[in-house]
Amino acid sequence: MDDVTVPPIASPEPGDDPVTKTTGHPGDAKMWTARMRRRVVRAFPPDRLLPDRQPAYVASWIYVFGVATVAALVVVIVTGCILAVKGPQWWHVSSVGHLVNSCHLWSVELFFFAMVIHLWGKFFMGAWRGRRAMTWIVGGVTFLASIVTAFTGYLSQTNFDSQWISTQAKDGINATGGGALFNVLNFGQMLMWHITLMPLVIILLTGWHVLLVRRRGVVPPYPAKAEKGAVALAEVAR
Amino acid sequence: MKKHRAFKVDRDAPEYTGPYRPYDIVKEGTIALIVIAILTVGLAVLFGSPDEPQRTIKNWATADPTDFVVTAASELSGSSGVAGYGPPYNNALGSVQYLGPFHLPDILGVRIPINTANDFVLDPLRSQPGPPALESALATYDAASTSQQAGWANAYASGTVSSDGSTVLVKFADGKVVMPPGTYGPVTELMQSETAIARSGALDQALITGTGFYTTDYTKPDLFLADGGWFDGIGNSQNLGGEQWGMMNETNSYPGQAWLWLYTMLYQIPPYNSTWGPNADVDVWFTMIVLSGLLIFVPFIPGLRSIPRLTRVYRLIWRNHYRAIERPDA
Repeated sequence: MDDVTVPPIASPEPGDDPVTKTTGHPGDAKMWTARMRRRVVRAFPPDRLLPDRQPAYVASWIYVFGVATVAALVVVIVTGCILAVKGPQWWHVSSVGHLVNSCHLWSVELFFFAMVIHLWGKFFMGAWRGRRAMTWIVGGVTFLASIVTAFTGYLSQTNFDSQWISTQAKDGINATGGGALFNVLNFGQMLMWHITLMPLVIILLTGWHVLLVRRRGVVPPYPAKAEKGAVALAEVAR
Repeated sequence: MKKHRAFKVDRDAPEYTGPYRPYDIVKEGTIALIVIAILTVGLAVLFGSPDEPQRTIKNWATADPTDFVVTAASELSGSSGVAGYGPPYNNALGSVQYLGPFHLPDILGVRIPINTANDFVLDPLRSQPGPPALESALATYDAASTSQQAGWANAYASGTVSSDGSTVLVKFADGKVVMPPGTYGPVTELMQSETAIARSGALDQALITGTGFYTTDYTKPDLFLADGGWFDGIGNSQNLGGEQWGMMNETNSYPGQAWLWLYTMLYQIPPYNSTWGPNADVDVWFTMIVLSGLLIFVPFIPGLRSIPRLTRVYRLIWRNHYRAIERPDA
C-alpha cells in the first residue's frame, strides 16, 4: 500500500487552462503521464498545433494542395465506409451504390491529383530543409502507401477490371518473390488489405505527417542570395 | 545543447524573422473539404464509374469454346502458361526471371501450389456426378501409367492446334468438341466433359469452392482464364494490354491509375522491352524500388537535393516574399 500521503489537488480555478499547466503537482513530476504530457505540450503548444498566424511567405496557391489532399482523403474514407457498410457487391446492383462507388473513385483521383501537386510543390520548395527531413520522408512513404491502397482497391472491384489487373500484376509481384505472400488473385486478401490494413497505415502516416508539419512549421524560403553563394551560420540543436 | 555548424543551403533553412499574417487553418480545411466533396459528387454524377462485368469460365466456354478446349488441353498436358510458371505456383521454370544472379521467387518457394492437370481439369471432373462415359474415362485415365497419361494428353493438346500454333484445328459443333483424328484415349471424353461442365457453369463453382464452401480466393479460375486467348483479347480490346500501358488504364477509357505512369512506362521503353525483356518484371520492380528510395531519401542525397535551388522554381512560389526583400520600394 502507499505509505505516502498525497495531498489532494485542487480543481483548476475558473479561467485556468489545464492544457498549459504542463508541470502539474510537483510531487507528480516524475510520473510517466506527467512526463508524457510535458513532452506533448512542449512539442505541440496549442498555438503551434492550431496556429492562427503564419509567416507572410505562406501566400501561394501551392499551399492549398496539402490541405486539399487531406480533405480528399476524408471524402475517400467516408465513401469507402459507406461501401463497406453494404459490402463489395452492392455497387453492382444498386444505382445508389454505383453513385457512391463513383464518388469513391473520383475522390481517389482528386486525392492523388492534389497529393502529387503537393509533393512536387514541396520538392521545388526544398521542404526538407531545417530539420524537416522526417516530414518529407513520412510524406513520401504516405504517397507510396497510397499507391498500394489504391491498387488493392482496384483489385477489390469484383468486376473485369479487377480480374484483369490481378492477372497482369501477378507477374511483376511474383518476379520479386512477393507473390508468395501478397496474392493479388486472392480477392479476400486484397479486400482486407484495402479496407483495414492500408487505411490504418495511411491514417497513421497522414496524422504523423501533419503533426510534423505543425511541429517544424512551414519551411522558409531559400535565402535571397543563396544562389550567389551566401553562407551563414545556423544555430541548430544537436 | 546548442552547437553551431556551417549553414548548408540545401539542408538548412534560415530562421524567419519577417512578418506574420492571419491564417485561418480550420476555415481553410473546412472550405477545402466542402470544395472537394462538391467536386467529387459533380465528377461522379457527370462521369460515373466503369463496371465492365466480370468474366467467368462459363462465359469463355460459351463464347469461344475452341479457345477453351485448347487451353484446357494445355492445362491437362502441362504445357500451359501456369503449368510452366514456377514459384509461387509450382517448381517449373517458365516464368523464371533473374535479378543479376538471384532468382527471388525461390526464396519463399511454392506457397500457392497449383497442379493444372489436377486442379483445373481432373479434380473438377471428379467432383461432378458424371455420366457413365465420364466415370469410365476417369477410371481409364487414373489406371494408366504416367507416361501413358502424358502421351494421351500431349497428343490431344498437340492436336488442337497446327504444328506452328497458328491455326486452331479443334472444332465445336452441335455442343460437341470435334478433334482431328488421333490417339487420345480417354482424354477425348475428359475434354468433352470439361467443356460441358464449363458451359454449364459447374466448372466455375468447382474451381471456386474446391477448398471449401466459404471462399474469397479466385486464384484458380482467374489463372485458368488468363491462360486462354479469349480473356487476353478482351483486355487488349479495352487497351489494357501490357504494350498499351497496361494496368494504369481503366476499362472504358476512364483515367484509371494514372499514378502508375512511371511503372507502366518502363515496360514500354528499352532496355526493359528489348535486351532486358526476359527479366523485365523484376528489372522494372527493382528500378521502381531504387527510384522510390531516391524520392524518399532525397533530403540526404547531394546533387538531387540541390535541384530545387538550381531550378529556381521556388522563386515563382515565393515571388512576393523575394519581391518584398529585393525591391522593398516597388
